Amino acid sequence: MDVPSKKSGKNRLERNDRLVRLALLVVAFSAVSVLVVITVFIVGQGTPIMVKYGLKSFLAGSNWYPSEKLFGLWPMIVGSLFVTAGALVIGVPFGLACAIVLTEFSSKRVRRLIKPVIELLAGIPSVVYGFMGVIILVPFIRENFGGPGLSVLAASIVLGIMILPTIISISVDSLQAVPPSYREGSIALGATRWQTVKMVLFPAARSGIIASVILGMGRAIGETMATIMVAGNAAEIPRSLLAPVRTLTSNIALEMSYATGEHREALFATGVVLFVIIMVLNTIANATSAKRRKQP
Amino acid sequence: MRVRPALILLSLGLALFPACRRGGARADLTLAGSTSIQPFADKWAEVFMEAHPDYGVNVQGGGSSAGIQACKSGACQIGMSSRDLKGDEKDLVEIVVARDGLAVIVHPSNPVRAAKIAEIKQIFAGDLRNWKLLGGPDRAITVVTREEGSGTRGAFQELVMGKTRIFRGAITEDSNGTVREIIAHDPYAVGFISLGLVNEQVLALELDGAVANDENIENGRYKLVRPFLFVSQGEPTGHAKDFIDFVLSAEGQELVRKEGLLPIR
Repeated sequence: MDVPSKKSGKNRLERNDRLVRLALLVVAFSAVSVLVVITVFIVGQGTPIMVKYGLKSFLAGSNWYPSEKLFGLWPMIVGSLFVTAGALVIGVPFGLACAIVLTEFSSKRVRRLIKPVIELLAGIPSVVYGFMGVIILVPFIRENFGGPGLSVLAASIVLGIMILPTIISISVDSLQAVPPSYREGSIALGATRWQTVKMVLFPAARSGIIASVILGMGRAIGETMATIMVAGNAAEIPRSLLAPVRTLTSNIALEMSYATGEHREALFATGVVLFVIIMVLNTIANATSAKRRKQP
Repeated sequence: MRVRPALILLSLGLALFPACRRGGARADLTLAGSTSIQPFADKWAEVFMEAHPDYGVNVQGGGSSAGIQACKSGACQIGMSSRDLKGDEKDLVEIVVARDGLAVIVHPSNPVRAAKIAEIKQIFAGDLRNWKLLGGPDRAITVVTREEGSGTRGAFQELVMGKTRIFRGAITEDSNGTVREIIAHDPYAVGFISLGLVNEQVLALELDGAVANDENIENGRYKLVRPFLFVSQGEPTGHAKDFIDFVLSAEGQELVRKEGLLPIR
């Protein structure tokens, strides 16, 4: 503290610099440490019970009756994958089509109007999507297609809409990042605008588009509130698109409030399984997009 | 400069300290457990504290199992349970403070108005899947149940299902309100909720020839009745005893009746 006064100016600056650097480092690592704490906590709480009853009975068991000590997560694993796949089937074509229209086939004015609206869509809380699903979509499905309405289909549609803003805004950014010379060159060679999109822009923007799909997938598999509200949450592998389904996230949120003892641990184990699935999906997706980026 | 954050923290701590102490001193008695009992316990606590302004009664939810555990560990003096005690929970003292009917509900437009409890059991086991077999329309039955761990599900399991499992394909929701909401909008759904929560949006089935009402519960013809329990470690004493005495008094039981539950005999 008590530095001789002549040197103090420079010293103070250096000290401040170090302090700021240290402070930033601490803040930066606190984000990382939160991740570490969460991982350690979930794995620590969830794995003992998986070891006790055997990994196989957890992952491959199809009966989820915690009160009878049956903790089969297979229906929920399949359910999560079904619903996520359904969301992508609905969200990706619509999202990409919208992104292409916005970048290639619309005037600046239209783009300036539509893009903020789509970004606004991302700000709507998931409970609102769920509520709209319950009020409008579920009765519609029940009356027109049969079944209880609360179903794989309803969850896929709601999640498909929820991932649209992610897919659209990242795809738009990556399509806009393609150098104008590519577009001009293609059109100069006599290609139509659609041919240009299909054969030049799309391949050039591929890694960004894949990234948008990965992020959309992440949002769909992690979504809880909207899924609980429209999926019906039956702990059974759905036999059709119109049957109810329970995802891993719903399983945790649905039963968390009253769960004690091993039931509670089994919900943490559900979290571990979800964690691993997300890591595996992300790794696969990243690997494919990295591989493609290398070979243009 | 560097002292300032510490000063702020210190002054904050000083400011909060008396507040904590005051909050702590108010909670002479803590109840925790079943969310089915919680609204009624809140009402009891409110009226009780009006009469005894020097008492602080704190009511928390968490579910029957959590409340029983909290009572065993000493985290609360009174645990609230909407299901019977089982296994190692049985060493707690239990006091029945009210009774609640369990209603099996359908959409008001459903022509089926009565069923046998055995049929309800078959429906929830997944063996009886069409309303036609109960004299209704030729439509699949949408079965709605509560999640594992819920006291209402526990009571239904015990009273109707016995050792039979509720089938996996049943739609599962996490509150009485959501179950009622789904059945109010699905003409082919069936589910179970607390009798006190049945409203004009849904219809309670007549079971084994007895309409679900207070009279039939009183004379024992309506079978789906569960006790609402207070549990404590050993005989309740002090504040806990005063509160339980109030709950069991004529005034406390009258409150129960007004709020839609059934008083103890």
